[in-house]
Amino acid sequence: MSEDIQKFTVTIDGESIQVAPGTTILNAARQIGGKIVPPAMCYYSSLKGSGGKCRTCLVEVSKGSEKDPRPMPKLVASCSTTVMDGMEVKNITSSKVLDARKGVVEFLLLNHPLDCPVCDQAGECHLQDLAFEHGVAKTRYEFKRREFDKVDIGEYIKLHMTRCILCYRCVYTANQLTDSREHGVLKRGDAAEIGTFIEKNLKNDFIGNVIDVCPVGALTDKTFRFRSRVWYTKPVDANCQCTKCSGKAVLWMIGDEVARVTARKDQYGEVKEFICNECRFDKKDASKWNIEGPRKINRHSVISANHYEQPIPEHTTLLNKA
Amino acid sequence: MTRKLLLANDHIEGIQSYDVYRKNGGYAAVEKALKSMSPDDIVEEVKKSGLRGRGGAGFPTGMKWSFLAKPEGVPRHLLCNADESEPGTFKDRYLMEKIPHLLIEGMILSSYALGANQSYIYIRGEYMYVLRILEKAIQEAYNNGWLGKNILGSGFDLDLAVSPGAGAYICGEETALIESLEGKRGNPRMKPPFPAVQGLWQRPTVVNNVETIAAVVPIINEGGDAYASIGIGRSTGTKLISASGNINKPGVYEIELGVSVEEFIYSDTYCGGIKNGKKLKACVPGGSSVPILPHYLVCKTAEGNDRLMTYESLADGGFATGSMLGSGGFIVYDEDQCIVRNTWNFARFYHHESCGQCSPCREGTGWMKKVLHNIETGKGKMEDIDLLWEIQSKIEGNTICPLGDAAAWPVAAAIRHFREEFEWHVKEPILSQERNYGLVSEKKFENVNA
Repeated sequence: MSEDIQKFTVTIDGESIQVAPGTTILNAARQIGGKIVPPAMCYYSSLKGSGGKCRTCLVEVSKGSEKDPRPMPKLVASCSTTVMDGMEVKNITSSKVLDARKGVVEFLLLNHPLDCPVCDQAGECHLQDLAFEHGVAKTRYEFKRREFDKVDIGEYIKLHMTRCILCYRCVYTANQLTDSREHGVLKRGDAAEIGTFIEKNLKNDFIGNVIDVCPVGALTDKTFRFRSRVWYTKPVDANCQCTKCSGKAVLWMIGDEVARVTARKDQYGEVKEFICNECRFDKKDASKWNIEGPRKINRHSVISANHYEQPIPEHTTLLNKA
Repeated sequence: MTRKLLLANDHIEGIQSYDVYRKNGGYAAVEKALKSMSPDDIVEEVKKSGLRGRGGAGFPTGMKWSFLAKPEGVPRHLLCNADESEPGTFKDRYLMEKIPHLLIEGMILSSYALGANQSYIYIRGEYMYVLRILEKAIQEAYNNGWLGKNILGSGFDLDLAVSPGAGAYICGEETALIESLEGKRGNPRMKPPFPAVQGLWQRPTVVNNVETIAAVVPIINEGGDAYASIGIGRSTGTKLISASGNINKPGVYEIELGVSVEEFIYSDTYCGGIKNGKKLKACVPGGSSVPILPHYLVCKTAEGNDRLMTYESLADGGFATGSMLGSGGFIVYDEDQCIVRNTWNFARFYHHESCGQCSPCREGTGWMKKVLHNIETGKGKMEDIDLLWEIQSKIEGNTICPLGDAAAWPVAAAIRHFREEFEWHVKEPILSQERNYGLVSEKKFENVNA
């Protein structure tokens, strides 16, 4: 009985919504949608335990709840704080939040190399988007950034730890989609690195998904690495009969050739249905797939810059004008 | 003369062993509690005593205990936090090393009060020899029927185990301690859920400092009201202070809360004054993470009242002119000490100990360390001081656990009170090097003056 479930009213930046108890502030904001959604670099809705680490989603709770209207003393991570009835949250309307977020972006970029032009993730990198929106143009850090050698972790996956922002998403993915715990974090502080102990290979059927969950270019697909910039490829939705996974994927085409296969990401860059390694790495042949049609990509994304003469009308007009 | 409750017997030869401890009134509190008190009576006594957590935050222990969730059929746990790693704090080590049975007695009482049948002492990995002392004492307690099944025929079972950490300061944070005890990487958890609801193995858990648990013994022996009669206001009872730095008599002192700071530093009962007749420059009253106080704020508050060794008086004036009692790591600096070098040293510690889970602390602590190192070694710029201020303000309050705050506060306080010294380091790089290291040749020194 849906009426029996008591819903909580939460107001985010002046917009109210009714959500089920136990919803986090971030998910409530996503239900409202639009500009008020806090950015998230480590939270991943389908991974249990993720979130709370990157601190980009910090928000100000100006009213705790209807019962206890006191504001929360500190900024809270919206991805892991659940809503209370009558809670009032300030995200982009709070200067404190924007200031703190700017600080977090600066911290995240501190040890991240600023070499987007040679990075394979450029164009679909969450950190790039985040820095563009919230960051400052100039770095104040004048010391050497941390550097690591590139490591092969498995047949198909390349780890370039230098780019890692330690969001722990891949660790949760490896732990939750696979049987044994193969992948974790070694060392601590800013020396911490993700990895498999003694360069063990990651061989599990679903381990390829760590590439999709990585918000930056730390984990990349060796079968696609440096073959093409992402905006020169054309994404199409496709499916196949697969006994291991749902078979729903995105093919990134160069002409008629399948350059890369990934899972489908939603507007927040999250994969809902993970795909298996076989679909991801071995089916690089368009004849093995049922093509559903072009994938819709946000027209502001650089990925859509080069494509779609036909499918999305508004985009075509934009191109024609230009 | 101050009353001693915890360290009253520490001078007795062989007090480490069970027989001597028992002869000197040991385990009387357990006898009294198990025979004549209910668990709720003990919680009530602790509430009456006004005992506050001795680990640093100063949260009322009785209140913490009453928050413990008690769902049917779910075991509860008591954890003793002996992961004492704060620079300047060494009181728990002294207590465990000298009178291990006092901690065990406190653990039995507290576990009984909370209904915990399996309790753990999580000890710092570097204290391996203390772990052996504790294990020997626990074995003695088992042999004499103070631990195990049906203690004193009361029907209460308790198993006690000691577990060592692997050398991480962060595991002193209660949720990181729980993770580490579960065998995982010692990363602090997000709160809520609080450990009182979901702690060790998702069961309700209380984590208390060694000294807090030990203080339950005199509270049961003498009654909560008698304990509360010592001290001033909401700071009741006695506190162990680890005094270090440029003083004549460094060491662990048990003080009645409410002793004045001036008396603590200068009287012969305690620190015995500044070493070599020098002048006081600054003081960190509660372990490295609390703000440093300049000499004019150590003995008097900003309003001119005497500063006392209590939670309230040391915090008087907030962070602008006050500090915190913290864990009681009392570090005294004389006029020769360099605050920039000291701040760099603290920043280096927090950088090394950051777990690396959340980004402000992981990246910010390292950045502060590097900037401070530049200033300290004469490569600093004036903007660096403002930059430091900015970095610490971006870390403070924005992290999962209090380590971020602990890293930011000392830097903030040092800049707040000793900005001139930072500026002097930038303006006079060679002179400041000369003072701290004495490595600059005379020739260069002349050039600077010319």
